[in-house]
Amino acid sequence: MQNSAHRFTGTEWTLDDLLSIEQICGRHAERYRLDTFPNQMEVITSEQMLDSYVSSGLPVNYGHWSFGKHFLIESGKYRSGQNALAYEIVINTNPCIAFLKEDNSLAMQALVIPHACYGHNSFSKGNYLFKQWTQPDAVLDYMLFARNYVADCEERFGFERVEQTLDALHALRDQGLDKYKRPRKLDTRKERAEQAKRLSVAQDNMRQGEYYSVTPQSSKAVATEAVFPASPEENLLYFLEKHAPKLEPWQRELARIVRKIAQYFYPQRQTQVMNEGWATFWHHRIINDMYEAGQIDQGILLECLHSHTNVVRQPEYTRLNPYALGFAAWNEIKRVCEKPTAEDREFLPDIAGSDWLETFHDIMQNYRDESFLLQFLTPKLVRDFRLMNIQTREGLDHWTVDHTAGAEGFKAIRSQLAAQYRLESVMPEISVVRYRRDTDRKLTLQFQSYNGRNLVEEETLQTLKQLRQLWGFDVQLEAVDQSGKIQKTY
Amino acid sequence: MTSVIVDRRPEKGKSTANRQRVLKRLDSALKAQVDKLIARKKLQEHDTAVEVSVERKDVKEPSFALDPATGTMGRIVPGNEHYRVGDKIPRDPSQRQGRGSGSGAGEGESDDEDTFRFALSREEYLSLLFDELELPPLVKKDLLEIDENRFRRGGVVRYGNPGTVCVARTFKASIGRRVAAEALHEEALEAAEAALNSALADAVPARVRAAQVALEEVQQRGADIPFLDPVDLRHRALIEVQAPRTAAVMFCLMDVSSSMDETRKDLAKRFFTLLYLFLSRKYQKVELVFIRHTDQAQEVDEDTFFNGTQAGSTKVVSALVKMHEIIGQRYPASHYNIFGAQASDGDSFGGDSTESSAYLISQLLPFSRYFVYAEVGDRTEQGSTSLWSAYDDIECEHFNMATVRTRDEVYPALAKLFQREQTA
Repeated sequence: MQNSAHRFTGTEWTLDDLLSIEQICGRHAERYRLDTFPNQMEVITSEQMLDSYVSSGLPVNYGHWSFGKHFLIESGKYRSGQNALAYEIVINTNPCIAFLKEDNSLAMQALVIPHACYGHNSFSKGNYLFKQWTQPDAVLDYMLFARNYVADCEERFGFERVEQTLDALHALRDQGLDKYKRPRKLDTRKERAEQAKRLSVAQDNMRQGEYYSVTPQSSKAVATEAVFPASPEENLLYFLEKHAPKLEPWQRELARIVRKIAQYFYPQRQTQVMNEGWATFWHHRIINDMYEAGQIDQGILLECLHSHTNVVRQPEYTRLNPYALGFAAWNEIKRVCEKPTAEDREFLPDIAGSDWLETFHDIMQNYRDESFLLQFLTPKLVRDFRLMNIQTREGLDHWTVDHTAGAEGFKAIRSQLAAQYRLESVMPEISVVRYRRDTDRKLTLQFQSYNGRNLVEEETLQTLKQLRQLWGFDVQLEAVDQSGKIQKTY
Repeated sequence: MTSVIVDRRPEKGKSTANRQRVLKRLDSALKAQVDKLIARKKLQEHDTAVEVSVERKDVKEPSFALDPATGTMGRIVPGNEHYRVGDKIPRDPSQRQGRGSGSGAGEGESDDEDTFRFALSREEYLSLLFDELELPPLVKKDLLEIDENRFRRGGVVRYGNPGTVCVARTFKASIGRRVAAEALHEEALEAAEAALNSALADAVPARVRAAQVALEEVQQRGADIPFLDPVDLRHRALIEVQAPRTAAVMFCLMDVSSSMDETRKDLAKRFFTLLYLFLSRKYQKVELVFIRHTDQAQEVDEDTFFNGTQAGSTKVVSALVKMHEIIGQRYPASHYNIFGAQASDGDSFGGDSTESSAYLISQLLPFSRYFVYAEVGDRTEQGSTSLWSAYDDIECEHFNMATVRTRDEVYPALAKLFQREQTA
């Protein structure tokens, strides 16, 4: 290992170099009070990077054809030059595993190490969503448990049946989330013990279930029956696991596994702008610190800045780049803390003139994309990005510009932008409203439509087909508009 | 806080199992493509990597999704330089399709293309080509193995790693060395003793002392001869041997009269392909000769062979004569391993069948390493045609025949040959 007086140069690196860069970054990060999990850097090939894509960065996953499909698609894109591969992938585990691609140059590694090992790492240790919804100590164990359990089921109940069940469960993955209720902690040991208990109880129920799995002829009970569930259930997979009349015990376990994993990625999906911006801010900062301390030479600095510039590029009239938006937002917060203008004092009075590092940590810990943008987007950023708010509706052949960057448009743009990062605006809101337990076992779901937005017809029908297969009886989906009127029934 | 670094690069093939799963799921779509490829590709080209494309709808994973083309929608767009409040911007019709494109946080995969492409490995390709053929492991190894040189034990050498020490040979070497060394030692001892005796006889004290010292030295040297010495070590040697590969020529004989329809030709092509793939693994160089025949035979190129049609009746013997003629002109049996592969629907008329069978026995089989006849087609009389019954009488080690009605019968038709070549 090199001593601290060593200055990195050139493009080649060794494993020891990476470790010592990580430690140098660690010393800089300490000054900024970045609190992290221990780092475990893993050098991987391009092919292994594709493997990681497929399982969203988790090093262990159960077997399913869809992962093979994603691998083929991603590797096809990569080989044909359509997509460049990520330089790194990092997930919230403890220790924090960061995958570094082997063909990164020394400069690229010097860039991605502070990005992943200190930026993302400290974010997932500090942010409230990650703290409440994920268990970085337990996830790898849980994935191992899931993999073995699925393999075991394949052996016992047949490859095809397991595949069909998982296909159907995957179709409902997005409806397997507890969005408001905090999920229980993952604990593999407890999971195993309870699984045994659940399975034996379920076996007993199966016997009684004979009763449930046939449709009673009489429908007299309908009138007196209370509505079940008493309040709508948003977690469809949870509902299936607990109440589906025909599922076998192992299928309920699979439903549980699929929703637990989907739940694990839920915080990441809600903090994309913040998290990427945070990591980008810190790699930028630490790279410059390293240069000033003489730990990297000018060549490396320039190569890093070149890549950094590409990462935060925001092309005009396209989608917003979360890296660009996030990086700019954090820089703006720093500016407002240090040199607030009258405008900043008007819109962001709470943080204007405060200690920037203190404020940074507070924001990182307590916000998600939606609230972050709503609270801390500055008028200057809106002007710098030259944002405009456009609206249209079904049937129109044009967009109308509602607001442009400027004092009048600021608040409207801010709330529209924040709303765009609300998961509810991209994921349909579907919940279980009725299960006629005592008559024909029909399950009724409701899709709450906002702003006249409908479901994609073809996919909805296919997904319902999968759901019916799991449920075993009729399933109906009602699309309800904002006034509560049923618009359409699938 | 302790950080660690792990080099994961050596751990390969994590996605292999899931790849098998998706291939299995795509089985029928891939088979349809391979069917097209077999019609289009030349025999030699089946050796190279094969790219296939798959339609996304075949592997669609449905989910409940919002349709971005419905309802009212708002969007924040960066980089505005031209527009003012109230301006109207035409909607790009392409954005009305696909999902997730309507919002900044949309994470849906971009379904911008309807298909994706990937390469099949050789093994995956072969199993699609021959309908999940269950190749015996040895044959599979032969078909799939690219590495040609093998190592074999050969002789002993003086240097090597400790694991390869050959104990018997080392002892043998040590005996020889000791015998030689002791013989020399005895001579030296005798000479030293003689010198001492003569010194004692002369009674010169200085010489006596010198002779005594010399004698002691010689005696000491004798005691120092080791039982085993590093120079005795012998190791078993590994030598690289090239598999016995020489040139081979493969004759493809096919009846192209009108009764040979596309399905039959397709089966025939698979039959020739598998044989070629096998031979090209066994022999360094395999030349291909294509002879087509109706009532007369012609040497043609591959394209014409599989795609050209010709009118006429059927005379099998003409192709056999042609093959014999070409062997005589270009492929002396002393230099080439000659393989014959004949595909026909079995139609032949009059004395042709018996004539062919007789010609085969007398003129071709003596020179050929192997001759295989495949009767292709799905008619009920397949396997009982006149050509079949004539060939059925041939009793020869290196002649084989089989009916190929479906593509999974292609491999069994050649199985005997493969087994024979394995043991050879």
